[in-house]
Parts: sequence; C-alpha cells; structure tokens
Amino acid sequence: MPELADIRNVLFLYDYNTRLVVLSTMLLGCACGLMGGFLLLRKRSLMGDTLSHATLPGVALAFILAVALGGDGKSLHFLLSGAAITGLLSCWAVLFIRNNTRIKDDAAMGIVLSVSFGAGVALLGLIQNMPEGSSAGLESFIYGKTASMVLSDFRILFLITLCVLACTLLLFKEFRLLCFDEGFAGALGWRVRYLDVLLLALVTAVTVTGLQAVGLILIISFLISPAAAARFWTNQLDRLLLLSALIGGVSAWLGASLSAFFPRLPAGAVIVLVATTFFIVSMLVGSERGLLIRHLRLRQLKIRMGRQHLLRALYEILEGIRPEGDIVLRAVPLIQIRGRRTWTDSHLRAYIRRACKEGLIETPTFDGSIRLTEIGLEEAALMTRNHRLWELYLIEYADVASSRVDRDADRVEHVLGQEIVKSLESKLQTYQSAGSLIPKSPHPIVLGD
Amino acid sequence: MSWYTIDTWIVVIGALAATSCALLGNFLVLRKMSMMGDAISHAVLPGLALAFLFTSARTSFAMFIGAALVGVITAVFTQWISRFGKVDEGASMGIVFTSLFAIGLLLIVQAADHVDLDPSCVLYGAIELTTLDVIWRPTLYGLEFHVPRAALVLGAIFVLNLSFLVSFFKELRISSFDPELATTMGIKSNLVHYLLMSLVAVTTVAAFEAVGSIIVIAMLIVPPATALLLTDRLWVMVVLSVAFACASALFGHISALLVPSWFGFDGTSTSGMMAVVSGLLFALIMFVAPRHGLLSKWFYNKFL
Repeated sequence: MPELADIRNVLFLYDYNTRLVVLSTMLLGCACGLMGGFLLLRKRSLMGDTLSHATLPGVALAFILAVALGGDGKSLHFLLSGAAITGLLSCWAVLFIRNNTRIKDDAAMGIVLSVSFGAGVALLGLIQNMPEGSSAGLESFIYGKTASMVLSDFRILFLITLCVLACTLLLFKEFRLLCFDEGFAGALGWRVRYLDVLLLALVTAVTVTGLQAVGLILIISFLISPAAAARFWTNQLDRLLLLSALIGGVSAWLGASLSAFFPRLPAGAVIVLVATTFFIVSMLVGSERGLLIRHLRLRQLKIRMGRQHLLRALYEILEGIRPEGDIVLRAVPLIQIRGRRTWTDSHLRAYIRRACKEGLIETPTFDGSIRLTEIGLEEAALMTRNHRLWELYLIEYADVASSRVDRDADRVEHVLGQEIVKSLESKLQTYQSAGSLIPKSPHPIVLGD
Repeated sequence: MSWYTIDTWIVVIGALAATSCALLGNFLVLRKMSMMGDAISHAVLPGLALAFLFTSARTSFAMFIGAALVGVITAVFTQWISRFGKVDEGASMGIVFTSLFAIGLLLIVQAADHVDLDPSCVLYGAIELTTLDVIWRPTLYGLEFHVPRAALVLGAIFVLNLSFLVSFFKELRISSFDPELATTMGIKSNLVHYLLMSLVAVTTVAAFEAVGSIIVIAMLIVPPATALLLTDRLWVMVVLSVAFACASALFGHISALLVPSWFGFDGTSTSGMMAVVSGLLFALIMFVAPRHGLLSKWFYNKFL
C-alpha cells in the first residue's frame, strides 16, 4: 500500500512527473470529452478508432520522406504533421464515401480504417528493408505510453484544447444544428459539409496529438465513454458537452493518480477502466435515460394506467345498470370487472389494493365485490369524462372509426396531461350533452359478465 | 519477380482467410456492425492473457479458445449495452473493446514477472511465415503437396462459414433486413444474431492468429461493401464479395512482391498490400459501378 506522504504527493501534484502526466491527460480527457459529445450525436463514435489507425501511413511516409531528404527520420513535428495529413485525408474519405455512395457511416469508417492501416503496415514493411534507419519505435508511435510524457506534449495538448474549446464556443449553434438536423442546416443555406469537415478536423487534431502522448486505446475510449456516460444524465447538448468534458477530465485524474500509487498499473489502462466505470454507473443510475429511472417511470405509468382503467371500468358498469338515470353507488362483483379488460388476476388485485389505500373504493367484502366511495365516484367520473372527450376528439378531428376509438383513446389519455384535456373541453363544448357533465359513449360498451 | 510454390500457398491461405471473412462480412455490413472485426481483434487480449495465465504455456489451442470466448463476449456485451442502455451501436462497441483491451493489458502487466507475452506478437500473425509450418504432406498424381497448418485451419473455417450461410440463408436474410418480420415469422432472430456473432468471433480469432489482424478487419468490410455497390440481390452480393476477396488475396500478394521493386525496395508485407488492393478495388467500383457508381450518376445528372 502507498504511504500517506505518497498519496499527498500525488493528490497535490508535488511530483513533477506526476503533475505533467495528470495535467496533460486531464486536458486531453476534457478535449476528447467535448469532441466525443458531437461524435456520439453524429453516430460516429468509432471515428477516433479510424483516425488513429489512419495516422500510421502518415507516420511511415513522413519517416521515408525525411530519410530521403537526408533529415532526421524521427523528428516529432515531422511525424505529427504526416499523421495529421493522413488523418485529415481519412476524414475526407469517410465523408466522401458516405455522401456519394449507398455505403453507410459504419462501413465507410471500416473501409478507411482497414485500408489505411494496411497501407501503413505495407509502408512499415518497406522501411524495415531500408538501410538508412531502423523503423524501431515508429509502430509504438501509435501505441504511446501515458507515463512517459514530456513538457512539449503538454504544450501541444494545451494549445489544441484551447483551440477545440474556442471553436466549440464560437460555432456552438452551428454544430448543434449539424448534430440534430443536418438537412435543416443545409436548407438554411449553411455549408453543412464544411462544418462537418471542420468538426472532424478538430477531432483529428485532438486524436493525433493525444495518440503519441497516451496511445490508441485511451484516445478511442476518451472519445466514446465520457460522452456516452453523460448522455444518460441529460437531454441538452450544452450540459451533455460540459458533463462529458468533466467526466473525461475526472477519469483522467483518478486513473493517473491511481496508477501513480501502485507501481504496476499502467496509467492508460487504468484511465480507460475508470471511464468505463463512469459509463456503467451512469447507465444504471443516470437521471435522464438510466436503466433505473426508465424502469421506475415505466412502473409508475403502469400503476397510473391500472388505476385509471379500474375506475373507468367501475363507472361504466354502474352506468350500464341504469342507462338513463343517475349513477347509483352499489357493489360490483369482481368477476364483472375482470370481464371488462384483459388483465390478469394478480394485476387486478394489486390495482384494487392500491385504490383501497387511496380511499377510492371501500374494502372489498368477503365475496369480492367492489364498491366505490364518494371520492372514488368523483374520480371515476373524471376518468370516464377524459376518455369520452378523447374519443370524441379522435372521431371529430383524427377521423378514427368509432369501432376502434376506444382503443386509440386509451393510448393517449394516460400519457397526455390535464392541460390538453382543458383545451379539448373548449373544442368539444358543442358535444357535451346539456344535462350531464359526462358525454355519452360514442360506441356500445361491453359489460363484463 | 520470381514465383515459388510458397507464393502459391500464401495466396491460397490469404484467399481462404479473405473469403471466410467476406462471407460473414456481408451480414455485418447489412446490419451496420462493420466495425465488429476491429473491435474483436482488439478485445481478445484478456482472453489470450487468461489462457496464458491458466495454462502457463503458449499453446495456440488454449489461446484460441480464450480469444474466441472473449470475442463472443464482446458481441454479447455490445448487443446488451446498445439494447438496454439505448446507446448507439458503434459507441457501445467502442466502450466494450477498449475496456476489454485495458483489462487484458492490466493482466499482462501483473503477470509480467514470470511471463513473456508480447501482445503485438500474439496479435499479428504473419502470412509470409505460415508456409513454414507444414503439417501434412499428401501425394496426389505423383506430386507431393506441403500443406501448411494455416491452410487446413482456415479451410475448415471456410467450410464452417459456408455451410452456416447455406443452411441459414433464409433466416439470415430476413433477420438482417427486417428483424421484426423475422420474429413474426417464427424465426429466432436473436439466436441467428448470436450464432452469426459467434462465427465472426471464431473466424476473426482463427484468421488473425494465422495471418494477422489487418486481413481480417479489411476482408470483413471491404469486399462486401464493394459488392453492395454492384447489386441489390443478397446472394449475388455474397458471390461477388467472395470474388473480390479472392482477387484481393491474389493481387495483394503479387503487388507486395512487385510494386516495391519499382521504387528500388525489396518487397513488403502481403497482408498490408491485400488490404490496400481491396481498397483500390473498392475505389474503382465506386466510380464505374453501373447503377450506383459515381460516373454513371454523373452522366445521368449531366445528360438527362
């Protein structure tokens, strides 16, 4: 276990090397998180994968060119520019294939990835036979090591992050429309393709600089996981981007610190796993699209629907007993309620129990017959009224046949709120029968037996 | 350029690997899961590491089993995350394979004291070396054949994939184009999906253990995508993709021998050149395809 002093050293970044690694990866995490948000919404999450493979031929070509010109084959700037050029070319190729053929995004990315990686390997094969210089280390260019970063890496990363941030702030509105409605952006007269290229160029810049600093897998993960995690918490783009950048930064900090505590944990791998943990936790408990919240919402909807169905069934049975007169409260046998709908025994019992607790119906007698309370009757009348209003609305405005209007109204009435019912009322005033607040059903009601 | 028996074997092995991949790749491209090969080839690392830790020997069979299992797990997790979490399929694929790769890396580093396992060696089989590993010497018509192990393995995989395709063609077709219809027709499209994914995992692992990951990733996508530009019928697409795969293998090897000599080099990696040739074929077809090609579209727009 690490000593307390070590922990303090790492957490407060006393150690020069730790400070460099942690700050650089945090910057990179933020920049990638930001870009990843856009990529996720464009359904191009794997673009980072394509880009990072596509840098290989650029690196190899830059090396061959440098050697042919008599220079130093391993100058970092030269190799980086080579990587950036083929990276940009690969972006252009993906967009070209996608826009001009019937090949979809995923296959276009796959084609560009595999072909350019193949070209890279073939070029490396050439370099191996060159007398001038060994290719050693070129391949590891794209599998960089997180723990061995230097100050120049930090400087480049800092510049790129600033650049990405500035572009995102300046072009936020444009990028947002590009992500959500490309066709509409085009119709507004914007140069959609230029925007698309600019976005991908930013991604290329982040990927290429990050690649030789932290390596391929971490870059791919940074471009995907934080954004995908943030998506579970919000439906708004600005919050998504903020949160995604935050998750990227925090996982970089946590991962890099963890790997500084323990000698045999490679930083890159730990950061990836921390980001994945963020993703899994967000997927489970995310406040907007998480599994738990979605499950709870569905459950609540089911309960609400069950309650409304039970009340309406009771009301309609009571209504059927004296078709012309007023509603009289009386007990209804359970079997008759069950006949009204296709609900299972256990569900029906659960609904009845719940309604009992709410005081809508009286405690069932020993023979199982159900009796509404005064409050229950009021509520049931309201439910039935809503349903009938919807039915009338659908018949009048949506041309739904009266034979199937019952089912269609059932689909909307539980989901849409009271405000819409209010506006329905004003629309449908003429249909309300003079005496009763509740309109008559437009279709025959089947009574359970 | 001089051509030896070894070169013939390299082309045969390359073609077997390429066609095995292309057969399955058609359905990956149609299901918009083209990057599966790439994902699996990164994700198998923990499988290799675990197999190594348990058997503490570099027997290729244990590694094959480990890798294939992790390949299937990759497919299953990708499916789960994208279905239950409503995440884009590409994103869930990326999350799964980066995490698995990271786990594999951790395992390897933890075991590094008493283990000598270089991931790049395990991951990148070299097609040029497969011909050295001869395990069967049958004699036919007085000629002795030196059949390499890779040719037998990939031949078996090819037969497996072909028989799967032939026996489940109807199910694959319907569930690729319209999974809901397939379900209403009583086809278990989930079962078909997982069968397909398992085969993709097995093929990917077997092929890249023998000939390297580039051939696998490229041949799963590029020949089927090329074929898709030429036809709207599924079986034609499958046949064409196989033809393109074979052509890439043959011309890939020839160009690996030939092209570098034009620039004064010795020769280069066959697998890299196979991918490049398949890409060139794709580019060619993209321009000249009769109905979906760029040139015919251009003519159509210009003169009509």
